[in-house]
Amino acid sequence: MNDPVIVEDIRPLIALLAPWAGMIGIIWAGEKRANLREMFTFIAASVQAAVVLSLVPIILSGAVVEFHIWQIFSQVPMLLRVDGPGLLFACVASVLWIATTLYAVGYMRGLHEHAQTRFYSFFALSLSATMGVAFSANLLTIYFFYEMLSVSTFPLVTHMQDKQARTGGRTYLGYLLFTSLCLLLPALSWCYVWLDGGNMTMDFMADVGKVGHFGETTQIVLLFLFTFGFAKAGLMPAHSWLPGAMVAPTPVSALLHAVAVVKVGVFCVYRVYADVFGPEVLARMGGEEWAMVIASATIIISSLIALSQDNLKRRLAFSTIGQLGYIVLGAAIATDRGQGGAVLHIAMHACGKITLFFCAGAIFVASGKKYVSELRGIGRKMPLTMGAFMIGSLSVIGLPPLGGFISKWYLALGALDRDAMWVVIVLLISSLLNVFYLLPVAVTAFFRTPETEKDSALKEAPWPCVVPLLLTALGCFLLFFWSDTLLQMVGLQP
Amino acid sequence: MSDSIVWIVLFPLFGAVACALGGAISKKICYPVSVLSMVATVWVSVDTLFQAIESPIHEISYILGGWSLDLFPRGVGIEFRADLLGALIALVVTGVGLIVALYSKVPVQRETPGKEPMYYGLFLLQISGLAGIALTGDAFNLYVLIEVAALTGYGLIALGTNRAAAATFNYIILGTIGASFYLLGVGYLYLKTGTLNMVGIREVIEAHGLFDSPAMQVAFVLVLLGILIKMAFFPFHAWLPNAYCHAPTTTSCLLAPLVTKVMIYVMIRMVLTVFGVEFSFESTWWTEFLPWLVVVAIVCAAVMALAQREIKRMLAYLIVAEVGYMVGGVWIYNYYGLIGSVFHIISDACMTLCLFLGAGIILEKCKTTHFNGLRGLFSKMPLTMIGFFIGGFSIIGLPPTCGFFSKWYLITGGMVSERWEYMITLMFSTMVMVVLFFRLIERIHLAVDESGKNLGKGHGDLGLTKQQTRFDEAPLSMLIPLLLAASVVLLVGVYNQEVVDQIEVFLQPFNLPTGVKYE
Repeated sequence: MNDPVIVEDIRPLIALLAPWAGMIGIIWAGEKRANLREMFTFIAASVQAAVVLSLVPIILSGAVVEFHIWQIFSQVPMLLRVDGPGLLFACVASVLWIATTLYAVGYMRGLHEHAQTRFYSFFALSLSATMGVAFSANLLTIYFFYEMLSVSTFPLVTHMQDKQARTGGRTYLGYLLFTSLCLLLPALSWCYVWLDGGNMTMDFMADVGKVGHFGETTQIVLLFLFTFGFAKAGLMPAHSWLPGAMVAPTPVSALLHAVAVVKVGVFCVYRVYADVFGPEVLARMGGEEWAMVIASATIIISSLIALSQDNLKRRLAFSTIGQLGYIVLGAAIATDRGQGGAVLHIAMHACGKITLFFCAGAIFVASGKKYVSELRGIGRKMPLTMGAFMIGSLSVIGLPPLGGFISKWYLALGALDRDAMWVVIVLLISSLLNVFYLLPVAVTAFFRTPETEKDSALKEAPWPCVVPLLLTALGCFLLFFWSDTLLQMVGLQP
Repeated sequence: MSDSIVWIVLFPLFGAVACALGGAISKKICYPVSVLSMVATVWVSVDTLFQAIESPIHEISYILGGWSLDLFPRGVGIEFRADLLGALIALVVTGVGLIVALYSKVPVQRETPGKEPMYYGLFLLQISGLAGIALTGDAFNLYVLIEVAALTGYGLIALGTNRAAAATFNYIILGTIGASFYLLGVGYLYLKTGTLNMVGIREVIEAHGLFDSPAMQVAFVLVLLGILIKMAFFPFHAWLPNAYCHAPTTTSCLLAPLVTKVMIYVMIRMVLTVFGVEFSFESTWWTEFLPWLVVVAIVCAAVMALAQREIKRMLAYLIVAEVGYMVGGVWIYNYYGLIGSVFHIISDACMTLCLFLGAGIILEKCKTTHFNGLRGLFSKMPLTMIGFFIGGFSIIGLPPTCGFFSKWYLITGGMVSERWEYMITLMFSTMVMVVLFFRLIERIHLAVDESGKNLGKGHGDLGLTKQQTRFDEAPLSMLIPLLLAASVVLLVGVYNQEVVDQIEVFLQPFNLPTGVKYE
């Protein structure tokens, strides 16, 4: 592989710092000037998205962008680097932040939530951390931002400040900090000391495959320390924090638990598989088969659990765990098309799942309903919301012409590249299960008659809630038709 | 200044005299005098550190009284030596001293009214003693300075609440036992080698091959035991929690970050400079089991910290656990472990300072440091809480605070020596710290009360009165030092490589094992 051209540019850092600047504005404006405060969030989000999108042409021309922040250790710098997969992830996160902000305004005001200043501040912080993960150039940098994300999302998860929030927050931090401090940290220092005579830079570009110098057992142990260390990826059995974190307000669930936090987890796992181990080492080590099995088991089991959930947000949460399994599975397949499909799935699933969460929140704002069984006939009162829900479901299931189809297609192709027929079967079964647990929601909403008459006054949620979910539903279509650009970004098309 | 090394000890000494004498005329001068003398002290210790860095042999030496070092064995006399380690520790001591001196204005007036001259006199003498420990090159002089620091420490603690007297008495007994052990060990050293100069002792050990000498072994055990008692290594920690808990605010802010850490420094100094690596690690079979003691120490201290319901007590037990970290880092015997230990001395001083300053403010504003009084403090004192929790995150070891980096080196060291028991203990105690600090966050942010019940009913209703959540920040003279300490925690973390570079230069001549496997 040829080394790509490296362009020094400060733009990645700007994308990282825009939320910080926004946060200062948010705190300054405070609770009393709510409109001004929301404006700061919008400005920060737009600046970030604009900066990130402006990097796209550079990456498409085959170059990578770098920015050196400071030297952490003598060999390991804190280095930002924008490459195709990272940029794709960053684009998704920052564009969806704008949509979520609009949605959050509608949701938080609609429910008269308290402490909105705190909410928007930490929201901005966690987006900064997400950008950091997307643009990290080495393992240590990615670890820094990973931890920053864990801590900065804690106030969001416990936003309600009641008993449930406490339990959810405990599970959340317990899982995430335990895995990152007790599994990830040793794995990192293991790599650092024992590779390359203590001169390891842990760089994703320069040091790919150096782990291959270890013995076979060590490699496998390391692989699993990394895979479970990034517990945000939600791989079973380290997944329980995700449903627990559903106590957060819906915009948080939507952005952080369908887009930022969990996607940061799988993105880190992808980085480790693709850029620390590298496809070659991964393909010959023998441990990746286990990773594939665990990911497949996660997909099937979580889909089965999702079938039995009546709480809509919980059902979506288990669906997320399953979809994250796809991404880990794709990364572990260790073929170009498999790993490319994994990155694509980050984008495709993000757009589909955020639509679903937005709809769940909109239903809650409009009617206070949380359970699937309560939704009978609600589709006639809220046609836009439930229509979008239908589109989101179809995209997650993976039907053309929606984005979800493309990534599943490439995942299957990648599996066939290494003759893993069973993976394709797993994908098929899981798609069927997706149909079973997602479609009934929309079907119940549209075709069943409402039980009681008191719902007759029901109407759509306020427009700031509805517009974003229509936009993201539209996005599911656009991702299908623009998939050329995306494929080019992840290197599947010249 | 070529003799700035002596002024590190002399400035606070003169400051102490000025406070004690001048205070008789006007009590108001004590605070400015001590701040000024601390500023001067920090200035000369920065100067000393840079002199040491720039000097070709990376150390500077000052012979008090101008006696000659050329004899063999070296004669008896006081030498001040600042190699990179000593100069770094001296800077930490004086830096912490300056921040605490700045902070002391309000609490000293409130807690010890009318006794300011005495208080500041002892305060400055304490710093003088601790800085002297870091700089002296003479084993007996070290004993004298340990006693200077200890005696002033007793005085500073005894000025606290009612129960402080009993705690001080406890401390005196254990402290004296520790110091006596050390002195006895130094006696053996002098008998066997004929010199008290630290480098001189090692020269004799190496020249005469005294590695298996029983007298030297006894000396080593006695010295080590004395130091372990002084540094509150579990199970010799009994004096520490009560002493720091009942001491006046300023005292605990000064003693908690420094005393135990300086004693760790003494241990490293004894192991590396006085006895030498070969003697300490290779000729003593039993030191291999010390990491197991460390395991017991860390686990017990961490569990006891969990049982506390008062911030200051909890922090006191945390210190005991952190002492275990550093002792372990030395005795796992490798390059990374020692870097970790030395760096942890520095970072632990910074973060403990941060936490105790924060606890002091909470005590000042809420009149209690019991967990019950913490509810809703994020809205009442946001800046204080930010400072406090930066310290807390550093103890947990979250990047980019300095605590992350010291833990990184310690874990790496445990891995290189394949001391898995030590490594796993570090993980365990890290998780305990997570519980400790996020439990505090729960009390503060979610208004959980003592019985473990949530008072909050959601939607911002925390079950608190308006008065409890009204913005009411600490006085600036307390807040600024806290934020200063918090930013030091972050800066030492961000620029850890600059510090570690100096530690590496210091450790290079000792040829410690690095255990790198793959070429």
